Amino acid sequence: MTVGTADISVAGARRVSVARGYRFELVKLVSQWRIRLLVLACWIAPAVFVTGVSQQSTLPSDTLFGRWMLATGWAAPLVLLGFAGTWALPLLTSVVAGDVFASEDRLGTWRHLLVAVRSPRRIFVAKALASLTVILLLVAGLALSGTVGGLLAVGNQPLVGLDGHLLAPSDAAAKVLLAWVCVLAPTLALAAIGLLGSVALGRSPMGLLLPALVALAMQLAQMLPLPVAVRLALPGYGFLAWNGLFTSPVQLGPLLIGIVVSLVWAVLATALAHVLFLRRDFTNPVYDGSARRALTVGLLPLVGLTALTVAALAVATPSTGSGIEQAKVQRSLASAFAHLYRLQTRQLHRPAVTEAQLRTTAACTKSDGQAAQEGAGNDWRCVVTWHLPGVAVAGTAIYQLDIGPDGRFVADGDGPKEVNGYFLLRTSTGDSPNPLWQFDGNVELLATTSKG
Amino acid sequence: MDAIRARGITKCFGDVVALDDIDLDVAQGQIHGLVGPNGAGKTTLLGLLLGLAVADSGSLHTLGRPVGRALAAPDGVAGFVDGPGLYPSLTARQNLAALAALRGHDVRTAGIADVLDQVGLTDVADDRVRGFSLGMRQRLGLGAALLTKPRLIVLDEPANGLDPAGKRHVHGVLTRLAREGTSVVLSSHHMDDVEALCSEVTILATGRVVFSGPLNKLAAENRELDYRLLTSHPQSARRLAADTAGIRVVDGTEARHDAEVLVVRTLVPALDELVVRLVQSGIALRELAPVVSPLEAAYLALTEQQEDGR
Repeated sequence: MTVGTADISVAGARRVSVARGYRFELVKLVSQWRIRLLVLACWIAPAVFVTGVSQQSTLPSDTLFGRWMLATGWAAPLVLLGFAGTWALPLLTSVVAGDVFASEDRLGTWRHLLVAVRSPRRIFVAKALASLTVILLLVAGLALSGTVGGLLAVGNQPLVGLDGHLLAPSDAAAKVLLAWVCVLAPTLALAAIGLLGSVALGRSPMGLLLPALVALAMQLAQMLPLPVAVRLALPGYGFLAWNGLFTSPVQLGPLLIGIVVSLVWAVLATALAHVLFLRRDFTNPVYDGSARRALTVGLLPLVGLTALTVAALAVATPSTGSGIEQAKVQRSLASAFAHLYRLQTRQLHRPAVTEAQLRTTAACTKSDGQAAQEGAGNDWRCVVTWHLPGVAVAGTAIYQLDIGPDGRFVADGDGPKEVNGYFLLRTSTGDSPNPLWQFDGNVELLATTSKG
Repeated sequence: MDAIRARGITKCFGDVVALDDIDLDVAQGQIHGLVGPNGAGKTTLLGLLLGLAVADSGSLHTLGRPVGRALAAPDGVAGFVDGPGLYPSLTARQNLAALAALRGHDVRTAGIADVLDQVGLTDVADDRVRGFSLGMRQRLGLGAALLTKPRLIVLDEPANGLDPAGKRHVHGVLTRLAREGTSVVLSSHHMDDVEALCSEVTILATGRVVFSGPLNKLAAENRELDYRLLTSHPQSARRLAADTAGIRVVDGTEARHDAEVLVVRTLVPALDELVVRLVQSGIALRELAPVVSPLEAAYLALTEQQEDGR
């Protein structure tokens, strides 16, 4: 070290390759009992849960696709995906990515690692890749275990989509796989936030909790009546955007925006973590992070990114309000009703009808027309009208809609009971409730959608 | 070629000057001790040698090559500061195997069993490090350093927590390494360890070198020392000591509690004279040892001077 001389040669410091560093990090991660326990839980618990639910008469109908868990095995991985996006994935990323750097602080092994690997940059890459591998292993376990459990316990039947249309088992399989792949994007964003917290906050437990706290904050934000541009600009939306895969046409716009936003967050948070990591003082054995640096390097750029994304989406998409507008609600409900009416017709062994023949329409009002006819709420009331071939009088049915700020709604039949009341229908897989009694649907928040 | 050649090394942390114009030379095959009070800069200096930090100014060569400005341990250098870095969820063998694999060595031929044997951990090789005592961790840390077959080993307080058997093990390993040409730089607060192992020593105080050189030079340069004598006739020996020029019988020490023991303060020539006179008087000398080792005495004197001079 001859300070001030430009052409200094490094004293033959042969650095450890990223591949070897990655294996080293994997060995350390997998040797931890909590990681082993998580892997075991993720690969076994979903199958046990699904099998347990399949033996019950009460279904988790408040979770998306929960009401179809006894009808097809493909509903199970989607129910789990909804749960995973809310709880499991934020917690898993917290435990893995949120601790991958902090554990070295706790054990006081940074100096040892630096002496062994000889490159902070490669240490960072190896740790990031190793934690990513473990997270992917956990996510794969959740998806596969839930799918296998569902198929074994219930069977490989068609899946009813979010607009009531039937997906053949092969289509359902492809979309279930795609939905889990799409959720990897927000999971990566949370993992990157975990890396950032782990680097920025050192041994502080806040580093470990950061992804879970961010995920919780994002969920709370998604529950608020935010403008569409703000909702879609948050990486948490990626955990909901997969819902659009199960409509026809596929709601591709929100899905792609959710994925892109999540990936941008993942890249930026990882880059910030990298910068913070390279700037840290490894000579201080009791390093607990620098609050000011964490704020300026870690937090502010992410806030800036959110502001930029909101602005870009506000300009690029025509929807600036809640995105839940009367016309869209009516269209979504009519479409779902028509599809489910055809399903009910089949289950009742009546002559088949087509959507074109039904010419289904819906007339919806919010708060009995006393308030603005848009936005989330459980005060939407709709009258659905349809026609049958050879019948002069149009049929009508009433529904109460509870629409969430994310566009998902539950339609509850309010008569006539012969059409949308509760009664059991005999199907090939056993008795099932009238599909027109209660069903889930989805209002696309953006004004336009690609045909899928 | 020196294993270490440092000139004018200065390192600051903010306003704190951790190392101030440090020179250091360590020959190949030498065990060099680094002593000094807490905060003297020992760990900072060892960290520079291991490539954990970069000096603000000065030049540092290890194993004949200049150390770069990148945070990376120079090739052929191994060791630890602030305790060995071990992973508690892995066994001793797994810790070494993971390290060997990290270095790109074949785990089967990396000599892990041999290293475990060298540091006396064969019996607990498959136990998780979580249950290891501090001494066992220190020995495993040394083993981890040995695994890379280094030509320069840097150890921060390697004797911490070692029991006598463990200490003998570690001393044996370091002495053998030095005999085979590996240089060792170690810091310690245990002066007896430094005296037993090191041929040269550097004393640091408040970031500056206050002494650097052979141990015997340090003893020769030193002032009077207290010596503890156990003789066959304590009373006669006490009288004789009191009558010998340059000898002062010391009271108020541990000897006060043991009438058999005589403690005198003197320089080496006067002590030699006393021994001759004791023998000539027919008094058998059963034990003679400094109360405080020459190194420790010098260390205390030099560091106190440094403190006083601030």
